[in-house]
Amino acid sequence: MTPESLLLIGDLSMAYDHTFGPAVDRITSLGWGLAIVSLLVVAVISVLLLIGIFRKRASHSQGLAVRHDSGGVRWIYVGTGISTVVLIGCMLWTMVVTAAVSRPPQKPALTIQVTASQFWWSVRYEGATTARTFITANEIHIPVGQPVRIELSSADVIHSFWIPQLAGKMDVIPGQTNVTWLQADKPGRYRGQCAAFCGAQHAHMALLVVADSASDFGTWQQGQLNDIAEGDTPGQKVFETHCAVCHTIRGVSPEGIRGPDLSHLETRSTIAAGLLLNTPSNLAAWITNPQLYKPGTRMPAQILSGVELAAVTSYLNSLH
Amino acid sequence: MATEDSPSTEKLRRIWEGKPGLAGWLSTVDHKEIGKRYVVTAFLFLIIGGLEALLIRAQLARPNQTLLTPEQYSQLFTMHGVTMIFLYALPVLSGFSNYLWPLLLGSRDMAFPRLNALSYWVFLFAGLFLYCSFPMGKGPDGGWFNYVPYASRAYNPGSNIDVYALGMVLLGISTTVGSINFIVTLARTRAPGMSINRVPVLVWGTVTASAGNLLAVPAVSLAFLMLFMDRQAGTHFFDSVAGGQPLLWQHLFWMFGHPWVYAIVLPAMGIVSDALPVFCRRPLVGYTAVALSTVSTMVLGFGVWVHHMFASGLPALSLSFFSAASFVIVIPSAVAVFAWIATIWTGRPVFTAAFLFFAGFVLLFVIGGVSGFMTAAVPLDWQLTRTYFVIAHLHYVLIGINVFPVLGGICYWFPKVTGRLMNEAFAKVSFWVMFIGFNTAFFPMHILGILGMPRRIYTYSDHLGWSTANLVISIGAFVFAIGLLLFLINVFRSFNHGAHASANPWGAASLEWSIPSPPPVYNFAVIPIVASRYPLWEDLMDEGPERSSVGTGMLLDQGRETVGSTVLDAEPDVILRMPGDSYLPFLLSVSLTAVFVSLLLHSTWGLGVTALATFAAGVWWLWPQRALGQIQEQK
Amino acid sequence: MMESIVSESALPVGSKGHLASGWWGMLALVFTEGALFAYLFFSYFYLALHSISQWPPGGPPHLGIAVPGTLILVAASVVVWWGERGIQGAKPRQLITGLSAGIVLGLTFLGMQGVEWHNEPFKLSTGVYSSLYFTITGTHILHVIVGLLIMGVLLLWTSLGYFSAGRHAAVSIGVIYWHFVTIVWLVVFFVIYIAPRLG
Repeated sequence: MTPESLLLIGDLSMAYDHTFGPAVDRITSLGWGLAIVSLLVVAVISVLLLIGIFRKRASHSQGLAVRHDSGGVRWIYVGTGISTVVLIGCMLWTMVVTAAVSRPPQKPALTIQVTASQFWWSVRYEGATTARTFITANEIHIPVGQPVRIELSSADVIHSFWIPQLAGKMDVIPGQTNVTWLQADKPGRYRGQCAAFCGAQHAHMALLVVADSASDFGTWQQGQLNDIAEGDTPGQKVFETHCAVCHTIRGVSPEGIRGPDLSHLETRSTIAAGLLLNTPSNLAAWITNPQLYKPGTRMPAQILSGVELAAVTSYLNSLH
Repeated sequence: MATEDSPSTEKLRRIWEGKPGLAGWLSTVDHKEIGKRYVVTAFLFLIIGGLEALLIRAQLARPNQTLLTPEQYSQLFTMHGVTMIFLYALPVLSGFSNYLWPLLLGSRDMAFPRLNALSYWVFLFAGLFLYCSFPMGKGPDGGWFNYVPYASRAYNPGSNIDVYALGMVLLGISTTVGSINFIVTLARTRAPGMSINRVPVLVWGTVTASAGNLLAVPAVSLAFLMLFMDRQAGTHFFDSVAGGQPLLWQHLFWMFGHPWVYAIVLPAMGIVSDALPVFCRRPLVGYTAVALSTVSTMVLGFGVWVHHMFASGLPALSLSFFSAASFVIVIPSAVAVFAWIATIWTGRPVFTAAFLFFAGFVLLFVIGGVSGFMTAAVPLDWQLTRTYFVIAHLHYVLIGINVFPVLGGICYWFPKVTGRLMNEAFAKVSFWVMFIGFNTAFFPMHILGILGMPRRIYTYSDHLGWSTANLVISIGAFVFAIGLLLFLINVFRSFNHGAHASANPWGAASLEWSIPSPPPVYNFAVIPIVASRYPLWEDLMDEGPERSSVGTGMLLDQGRETVGSTVLDAEPDVILRMPGDSYLPFLLSVSLTAVFVSLLLHSTWGLGVTALATFAAGVWWLWPQRALGQIQEQK
Repeated sequence: MMESIVSESALPVGSKGHLASGWWGMLALVFTEGALFAYLFFSYFYLALHSISQWPPGGPPHLGIAVPGTLILVAASVVVWWGERGIQGAKPRQLITGLSAGIVLGLTFLGMQGVEWHNEPFKLSTGVYSSLYFTITGTHILHVIVGLLIMGVLLLWTSLGYFSAGRHAAVSIGVIYWHFVTIVWLVVFFVIYIAPRLG
């Protein structure tokens, strides 16, 4: 099994030349505007350079082109003058966009607490009571068309929260809680990735934001709030013996906080922070040897017999 | 004009020449020797840093490759940055300035010849120190800006980061000492008549960078010392659990880091401002504006550091201030760009290889400038920062504004330094290979950044649309490396087989072209007297009756002597006695490095002994000498 | 513009006062070392601003030793200044007295700093404030030690008869450093001992 069986189906990209929400759309226009200004500047300077270079050539004598140390200063006045006007215009546009995107257009529909660790994202939806609060990992669901407030904390080093098609970056810094917001105006899935070097597997610390219609979001949320029924399956026993020390399953085993919450693992499309598609064979391979796919990840290899592995994998696959 | 073999020049030669062999090598204080060493050593580091880059590009050429482990990759990109930014970019410019300044200023040496040698040796030892753990796979691995907490002991317990921290403080000593030398040399040892508005722009660039460094380097030295103490002495400056602040590291680092990037380009811009006009057959347009823009860029450069921290959650008001300052700092750069274009436009270009490098530089400067302008816009930077867009920007400004002028400067001054001409056709070929390779490698990075590829990832998925661009970039990088290799081959071959050069093969204007190629060890047979900005062009222009004098002037042959003059108008006011060759700079560098090795190895005894040795060497160095006029006259 | 070639014989030979390159070099060194302290103070105020608990944690540090220590260091600068005036007036014995007194006063200041450190209820690794306190005062102490070494070496050279009214560049240059150490202490004193009392 190679990491080729990866997340990304063609429709998920990190490109932000086209974006899908008010936290970022005006930035995209600003980006296009400044890019066009930049390209024009480069074109104009190139033309001036080329003409300047080729219009007069020196003969091979050692003489000079001028007899006075003068001439040409108007270039500096005119060129700098035009540049200054363009710069001030762009600066003002920038200030306007900065003010526009710093706040959501209306009060956020919900607040999500994201805690970044090496090398995954813990996501907590706070409710009015403990029973109405749930935790998931690496996949954030939001209702479409509504601003969502994100509170960012770090469990270890600096990370950076970045979903390019929905919002600009916000760093996650230990010792403080940074706040950002985003909103998706179109339903669908949006990819993000940690954007501050955080260690060996910084390259594989992705996350997914899923924008659902209001009813789909409600269904998903309710599903996440359900406890998993305690059973007596061999898979659950293997989980309790080998995995519960780091991983939580709501209703079954609540103490594992060093790794992602696995309560409703089957509702997520990927595992290992976006590295692998959530399929039974990927899951088994990952559990057996995480270091093969993500060398430096905090999860150690699990020594399980074939029977144990099959049992725990099918148990995890049942966690809807 | 005193000829090469007249009795007075023979006397000067005997006064100034150094010892032969290894003894001479360790004890020379000849600024020309030191300058050449700086340039050669910096180029060795450039090659090492380049090989690191090629390994990185080999790994990234295709998705999901496993040529390198993540840890190896982290060390490679960290050392690539450290090597290029600290061990190549400033030292190569220090080398140019060390070699050229006395020749440009009409002097026989820098103000502090032994300190000059010290700054080189400490640079060399600091470079070796920074690399001492890399071959063992324990090189610094937190990126060249080394953010905490990843760089703290909790997450990075090995000696990797300690090597980086201590090595940088040691290197800071070299930079500081070198900067002091440049500032005092400019203030005090110019030829009579070389008033402040007549000094070459390279001098403006270097002295501005030096003043900037004096103000900026302590910030990073302090940051690294605080980090070392957090890691080894239990302090809590950056420890968020105890109430320390990770962002304090970023502030201190970038308060140094941003002025530093101007320090590594302003002298190179000065090279272009001095040499390009020679190949346009006219003086630089707007000399005063360019000199002022140099200084104002450095001053403004102290007011923009937060633009490296736009995504860190700082209040919007402070972000807006720094964003505005980052837009404003483009204005003095625009002044310089239009000065160069106007010089080309109103001049008559001569298509030498040097000219190609300088013309190419102007274009690359503007491309790097506009990508910087885009990142100055705070909300746009929230998308662009830490992606390949910024890597594109920083390479356009660093390679475009440092490497290309350096290569052009080598083409230009090679005849003066070696007495031989470089092969022009070969140099032009290497320029085109480099120019094409560079743009192929780095232009697509702008696109890759907008496609969302973050920095500092050792691999990427094939499904994100990044694969083709990465392949093109890697190919371009190798082409650029080949071009550089061709250039270096040309340098070697021309050194041994190039055509002999006269004193002034380019028909240039400044003082260094009035002496033989290569220069005699004493530089000038007599101290020149300067009447304009372009002494050797005065007869070719109609700017008035005053003439500089290179054949008649003070002889100053009662020992190693040069003239000291006033700061603004360069009126001579003292004859300075210069120290001769000495082993002390080498010895002091060894003992200073040993102090840092003791710290790295946690050896208190070592620290005591080496500190004592350093003090002893210092006292010996400063011991008053009658020959230097430091002891009272005999009664 | 030079109208005539300046005759070499009209110029003094060798360095003195501000004609000496070393004088300018020392000013540049003082400038960069001053910047180092400025960044230390920046760090102090930055961490103080972000502190959520009382700052300083045990209240402002006591003045009992710091105030007399300040006066002693200022006195050290005064006597050294007086000593320098001695050599300018061709009185090397005045310089020797001034330097010796300066060294004694400087050593006294160091001793008082040692007592102050010993009396502090925290150590280097206690917390953020203690890290800053010892680093800032410790950096200053290192500068005092270097200053004392400079004064000692100058004392030696003066005793060996090297200096005269016309030749004492090393003295003027070394003394700049000594005064710098005193001036920096005044700012350290303000930041550490006075600023916390200013509400």
